[in-house]
Amino acid sequence: MNDVRQLARRVEGGDLSAVARAISFVVDERPGSEELASELYRRSSSVHKVGLAGPPGSGKSTLTGRLISYWRGQGLKVGVLAVDPSSPVSGGAFLGDRLRIQDHAGDPGVYIRSLATRGRVGGLTPTIFGAIHVLEAAGFQKIIVETVGIGQDEVEVAHAADTVLYVVTPGLGDEIQALKAGIMEIGDIFVVNKADLQGKDKAVADLRRALAIGAEASPADGWAAPVLATSALTGEGIAALGEMIERHRDHLDSSGQRSRRLKDQLRAEVSLYLARRISRSVEKRLTERHLSALVERKTDPVTLGQELLEARGAA
Amino acid sequence: MVEEAASPYRILIAKPGLDGHDRGAKVIVRALRDAGFEVIYTGIRQTPEMIARAALQEDVDAVGLSLLSGAHMTLFPRIAAILKEEGLGDILIFGGGIIPDEDFPLLRKKGIDRVFGPGTSLRSIVDYLKEALASRKKAADGNKKTRKAQEGAKAAK
Ligand code: B12
Ligand SMILES: Nc1nc2c(ncn2[C@@H]2O[C@H](COP(=O)(O)OP(=O)(O)O)[C@@H](O)[C@H]2O)c(=O)[nH]1
Ligand SMILES: [Mg+2]
Repeated sequence: MNDVRQLARRVEGGDLSAVARAISFVVDERPGSEELASELYRRSSSVHKVGLAGPPGSGKSTLTGRLISYWRGQGLKVGVLAVDPSSPVSGGAFLGDRLRIQDHAGDPGVYIRSLATRGRVGGLTPTIFGAIHVLEAAGFQKIIVETVGIGQDEVEVAHAADTVLYVVTPGLGDEIQALKAGIMEIGDIFVVNKADLQGKDKAVADLRRALAIGAEASPADGWAAPVLATSALTGEGIAALGEMIERHRDHLDSSGQRSRRLKDQLRAEVSLYLARRISRSVEKRLTERHLSALVERKTDPVTLGQELLEARGAA
Repeated sequence: MVEEAASPYRILIAKPGLDGHDRGAKVIVRALRDAGFEVIYTGIRQTPEMIARAALQEDVDAVGLSLLSGAHMTLFPRIAAILKEEGLGDILIFGGGIIPDEDFPLLRKKGIDRVFGPGTSLRSIVDYLKEALASRKKAADGNKKTRKAQEGAKAAK
């Protein structure tokens, strides 16, 4: 398909309207999207991806805006994927992150895209990996992935990012100590944002104490997650955060963790792809007759499932 | 090929102008989300250039403009013109706010498909948008087919 190749070349040229169109192709799984994805993947290389997780309202989007400015100051091109939940009832979504990531409107070195989860739990859209590869191919030098910050689900961001920031606020107080185990483990850097508000020092201390108790105190990978205070409102602490992110990246490189993480990400991407393709193609074989047989207890779900799986490839 | 439910339409709701009347825009954002659209809201005080850039980066199907300050006759056409310049001429543009009936014809000529005033039922806005986008999509698919057919005929010669 010629159109797809042409789109791929325009993406590689850094054309933002082509980037936008290519991401739609991939997340909507339009005809040609698989060819596009493989074209782009093979011709690009991996980029440092920073994930932002944390409860809604903790300031992830505002912080994203600050990080964009920080990296733009170093001349780096920044791509952002901001994910918000789809309504399980209507299927629609309010994608509000862009509202807080302003001041970069006219800057051709910045691309921001809002995505909806479209029915997927886990804080990431099913096709986030494809969207990341589009940004990699377009020559962005930093990629930020902001996820919906709801409880345990967001550990998934660890499957898409190299450096995960977990963002909390002083107001969370005692809740910090009750942070779920999974979250304590995925965070590479903990950020107490809204440091301009009261209670920052206590929140930082609480978080440090909580981290010191868990397995994170003597991490196998040699990185003890630091706790930093920032104010995305005033800009306080942003440079220190930027430097810490670079430190983590250097650590990934020097410890050999980077390629291990990359392989984890690719494993997640491939397995997500397989799960979708297989369940789609096998489910097609499930007929009304099968269901009736189940109702009548002539067969059982497991046996039927096995039969449908084995019939795969045949049809 | 994978046969899938169609993806939701993506809509940018934008508030150009210097005023802060954002209630109407927020009501529309909610109504559209609840009707199954993916809605991106830009916030207040957006310049026409900012709106065009957001529309481009978000690859939206439609841009909805909200304006109560009275500046619609300059801002709406300006936004339509920039979208066209950026090669985004096929994005549907619609709007609402305090807009006198006598302004409708000129706005329409300038590329704003339809505007809705105070008291419009949200239902009618949702219905309009679904219909307008569906018929655009049909027209676009049709164009593609004729183009392909023409190319095919050329190649055959
Ligand atoms: C509430 C209000 C305010 C609030 C705004 C609060 C807020 N955050 O929105 C406050 C008190 C802050 C305010 C301030 C001012 N206001 Co005032 N305000 C109003 C008022 C009374 C109601 C607006 C409203 O919220 N309606 C409720 C919402 C839900 O309705 P709506 O916005 O019309 O939206 C509906 C439709 O229009 C449509 N729609 C709207 N947007 C969109 C977008 C799309 C895509 C679609 C499809 C449909 C759509 O659908 C909605 C649902 O039916 C109007 C008068 C009026 N009757 O409209 C004046 C009015 C808009 N204000 C006016 C003025 C002049 C001002 C001030 C300049 C007053 C002053 N001198 O200080 C200031 C401006 C301050 C500033 N910086 O912006 C004038 C504007 C005059 C003009 N157009 O020429 C109006 C018309 C009053 C008047 N008759 O003079 N205002
Ligand atoms: N006081 C204060 N408010 C902030 C700070 N960062 C963000 N906010 C505000 O917190 C609210 C939520 O921010 P947002 O970035 O949307 O949070 P998100 O949901 O985590 O993406 C907004 O009203 C921001 O203006 C900060 O450092 N200090
Ligand atoms: Mg956000």
